[in-house]
Order: sequence, then C-alpha cells, then structure tokens
Amino acid sequence: MSILIDKGTKVICQGITGEQGTFHTRQMVAYGTKMAGGVTPGKGGANVDGIPVFDTVDEAARKTGAEATVIYVPAGFAADAIMEAVDAGIKLVICITEGIPVIDMVKVKRFMEGKAARLVGPNCPGVITPDECKIGIMPGHIHKKGNVGVVSRSGTLTYEAVDQLTRLGLGQSTCVGIGGDPVNGTNFVDVLELYQKDKDTNAIVMIGEIGGGAEEDASLFIKKNVTKPVVGYIAGVSAPKGKRMGHAGAIISGGKGTAEEKM
Amino acid sequence: MNIHEYQAKQVISKFGVTVPRSKIAFTPAEAEEAAKEFLKDGGVCVVKAQIHAGGRGKAGGVKLARTKDDVVSFTKELLGKVLVTHQTGPAGKEVKKVLIEEGCQIARELYLGLVVDRATQRVAVMASSEGGVEIEEVAARSPEKILKEYVDPATGLIPFQARKLAFALGIDKSLVNKAVKFMTGLYNAFVASDCSMAEINPLVITKAGDIIALDAKIAFDDNALFRHKDIEGMRDLDEEDPKEVEASRHNLNYVALDGSIGCMVNGAGLAMATMDMIKLSGGAPANFLDVGGGANKEQVTAAFNLLMSDPKVKAVLVNIFGGIMRCDIIADGIIAAAKDVGIKVPLVVRLQGTNVEQGRKLLAESGLNIITAEKMDEAAEKAVRAAKG
Repeated sequence: MSILIDKGTKVICQGITGEQGTFHTRQMVAYGTKMAGGVTPGKGGANVDGIPVFDTVDEAARKTGAEATVIYVPAGFAADAIMEAVDAGIKLVICITEGIPVIDMVKVKRFMEGKAARLVGPNCPGVITPDECKIGIMPGHIHKKGNVGVVSRSGTLTYEAVDQLTRLGLGQSTCVGIGGDPVNGTNFVDVLELYQKDKDTNAIVMIGEIGGGAEEDASLFIKKNVTKPVVGYIAGVSAPKGKRMGHAGAIISGGKGTAEEKM
Repeated sequence: MNIHEYQAKQVISKFGVTVPRSKIAFTPAEAEEAAKEFLKDGGVCVVKAQIHAGGRGKAGGVKLARTKDDVVSFTKELLGKVLVTHQTGPAGKEVKKVLIEEGCQIARELYLGLVVDRATQRVAVMASSEGGVEIEEVAARSPEKILKEYVDPATGLIPFQARKLAFALGIDKSLVNKAVKFMTGLYNAFVASDCSMAEINPLVITKAGDIIALDAKIAFDDNALFRHKDIEGMRDLDEEDPKEVEASRHNLNYVALDGSIGCMVNGAGLAMATMDMIKLSGGAPANFLDVGGGANKEQVTAAFNLLMSDPKVKAVLVNIFGGIMRCDIIADGIIAAAKDVGIKVPLVVRLQGTNVEQGRKLLAESGLNIITAEKMDEAAEKAVRAAKG
C-alpha cells in the first residue's frame, strides 16, 4: 500500500513535447511509471517515444483512461492546464511548474471548489511511491521502498531528507512534495490524513519552512488525529523578516510565519 | 517588486481610486513649479520623500509647506538626505525625488489594505478605523478592530461587501457610495495589476466630504511581471540591493544578509536549511543564494562573482544536492568558475546525490584549495571554522 499513486496508476503528461516534459517523461518511464499519453494543444497525433500525444486533456483522458496528470506547462499557461485537467475529470493533478502568478492560483482554487480532483503543487517536485510509480522531477534512485511517509514544501531539501533516510536503511511508503507557493493544492493536513490511514506508513517526516500557517495547522491536526510518530523540520530559522527566500511562499510577513512560531 | 508612492497612486487612479493632485520633483526648481498651483488662494502642500519604505513621516521625510520658500527649503533638505525608518534598516535610504502634493483638510483617517490571504486562498480586503497606524500594531493590540471581507474571484468585490465595511467603519451615510467606488476600484487595480499587497494608509475622509488615498503602497507579484511590461518599467534599481539586482539578471535567488559565510546552494529549502546549519554551528550566513535545481556553469560563475564582491565574506560554503543534475557536472562548473573568478577565501564544498564519487574526485584532483565535506552539519562547521581563520 501507499498513498495517492501506485504501480497501477496511469499517467498523462501535459506539456509532453516541451523540453522539460519530454526529458522527465523519459525519466518517469525509465522508473517504471505507466505513461499512457501526453497533451500539447496543436500537436495531437504526434508521439514521444511511442507515447501518443493529444490536443486536449479531455481526449487524452477518454482514450487512455488515465487517472493522473503531471504538468510541465510554462508558468503563464499552467493555471489553464490545471483547470483543463480538472474539467476532464482527472483525479490527481500534479503541477511541477514554478512561478505561476498567485492571482491565477486563486482562480484555480475557486474553479476546483466542489470538484473531486486533487491538486498537488504547483512549484513542487511531485509524488513518488518507491519502486512503483514516480510522477515528477525527483531523482528516483535515492528512494527506497519502506514505511516512512515524507511530506515537504521543498524540493532539494526533500531529496536531502530522503537520501539520509535511505542511507539509514529507512525506506519510504510515498513521498509527497506539496510545493513552495502561497496558494497551492494539497496541504500538510491532507497528506497527514492519508498517511494516518495508510497501513504501510509507520512514521512520518514533515518538512516545512517559514511563511504562512500550514505547519501550525498541521501540528494541531497531528495532536488530534495522528497516532503515528511524526518528525518535523522547519527551514528558515536564520531568515530575515520581509524578504522572500526563493519560494514565493517563504516570507515572514508582519512578524507572522517565523520558524520559531512554527516550532 | 515594490514601487514608489507616486507610482502606486498613478496605478490606482486609473481604476477610479481618488488620489490628491500631485507632481514628482527631482530638483528644488521643479518642486517650486509643481507647488505653485497648490499654494494658490492660501492652500498648503506637502513635500514627501519618495523611498521604498514605510515610516517616512516619523523619520522626517514628510513636511507641510505653506509658502514656496518652504517648498524649496524642504526639498533642498530632503534631496540627498539618508532617511532611516524602521523599514530601511540602519543604513537608511537616500532620497532622490520628492512628491509635491496638494494639502487637504482631514476629517478622519482610516486604513484599507488588500492581500492574498493564504488561509482562505482568496483576496482579503482589510479595513480599520485606526488610520495612520501600522496594521501589524493594530492586529497585535486590538485585532477586533480589523474588519475583513474575502473576495470570490468569480464575482470580484461585491458592492454589499464594500458597504458592509463602510458602515462598520462608521463612514457617513452620504459618503458610503463614494467609499464603495473607492474600495471596488482598489480591488480591481489589485487583480488587474497582479498585486501581492496594496495598502492605503491613511485613507482620508476630508472635511469637504471626499474620500482619498493620502498614501499608497503597492507590491507586485514578481511571477506575474511578464504580463505587465508597463509595471516592470516602474522598477527603481536605486532602491534595491545592487547584488540582488545582479543576481536577478542571472536568474539567481539572492538575498543579502549580515554574516561572514557566503552560501551557494541548489534549491530554496536546502538553502535555508544550510543557513540554519551555519547559525547552529556558531556562524552567520552572508547571504541566501539559490542557484536553482538545474544550475549551469554560467550561473555558478555568476554566483561566485556575487559572493566574492561582498567584502564581508570570509569563507564560502557550497552545498549541492545533485538530483537529476549530476554531481560531476556540478563539480566541473565549480572548478571552472572558481578558476575564472579567483576565490580568495577558504572554499568548503559539500556534494551529495547522483554521481557524487566522480564529483568529489574531480574536486580533489582540481588543484584548487577546496575543503570537502560529506554531511551538511560537517560542511557548516568547517565553513564556520574557516571563516574565523
């Protein structure tokens, strides 16, 4: 067992004919992910290493039966791509794209209200269930199958944590990068809830950072609902106020969102 | 991205938000000319220093002028002056232009602010009867005085929401419609221009019954600037840290800090964690620098140049986790860049991830004086020790 994705998950890639989309589609296929198709408007009928390309997500979903999509579309068009996937009935939408305008994400979240789709990201490394399915840009080989769930707002810091776990012989059930943007899809609480229910997850590593109140919400949730051990880490103890630390969401504003507060 | 008060007023006035008449001046002569019209018939005007920081009034950057001699002498005094406010840091900011603005008779000062609220994931309109006071101060002291409305992006700010705020603020019934127009205009400006923050503090009700933005502060979402070339043109590089400007030219995320250890890391989260580790080891980072997930040689060179241009830097710590990007390629980049730039301080490199063995071998054989480390904490300790000499 695992959460969100497993070896049976059928995936399409939006932006498959772009440089990033093609490169990472090949990486995902090499890891064993079932890549069923891709979408690039205007390039329907083409293929990437034999993977069929469609003009619309609707057509791709109908013809491949995919239940998940991964988005590598450039920032200016990514909100459109997310909403297209949601409208086509894709259940799991994973958006890797970094730099989407926040007002676009506000509209996306409104569009998703009342719909069944789950969004992971944007500005995230993706989701991986070791040895089964990798959807995203993380280096697959540092992961190891096991029972620790890892959820994080960061990319390379997650790789660092996963690598350390693997070296200690501690494998992972599923690793989820929820992304560093202020307005995003799946949050810590959503993932913690899934780990709590997953019988193959025995412990959880949660990696947060400065900015917002997601870690505070998560800690309240853990107190009430999570019986499995949770190890927390907050990056940004040394970050100054009012400065954006790389991630759009990593900013201490008005004295709120500091690392001390989160700890 | 931040802009000046006079620019913010230009942006919002296009959306029907009322602002006082004003003109920007770079010299005392321009200021005198600008003030003529406002001083007619016994009027007054205000000379306001234009810098990207709040708290200008308290720091002596805003002055009321009754005569043209006042205007000239205040302008002379302010231009070239370094203003230190609670937002500029101890170094302060030099005033290079002043805004000459028509004075008004203030009846009430209120607060109006818009932000993207992370909890509701919507734009929040905040209002308070405590105008002229920092909103953080009000939030800490009497949070119940901050009124909030959350806007559905599908409808925009609905008139009833603005009316609710206006009545709750105790705005006179005869002026409520003006207040609604003001708030709706500000919301429209916020969304259309991709703001991340817009603050009118104070929003003023004049004795003549007008509702005007006496001050205006706007920050834009950097991620949306690609679709607002006009706004990008308002960027004032004089107001930004020169190293941060240089970094943005190479697509590097750089934030200048006060410590002595220059950091170069791939990924924002790992960069913050590295800074934290330095602090934990008893040192202090000179900067935050994220070279991105797939850094190339040019970026690494630019990053080294940046670090070396900071005289505070006594040691450099490079922490790279090679994911898709292989460590041997990164090592090549570090060696080439280090040779190009000429690193004059101890260099600690910690590589981990894909092809790490080849990467470390390259570093060892490069002939460069590189201190290597395997773990993050070890790297931080070595850098702190090296910086202390």
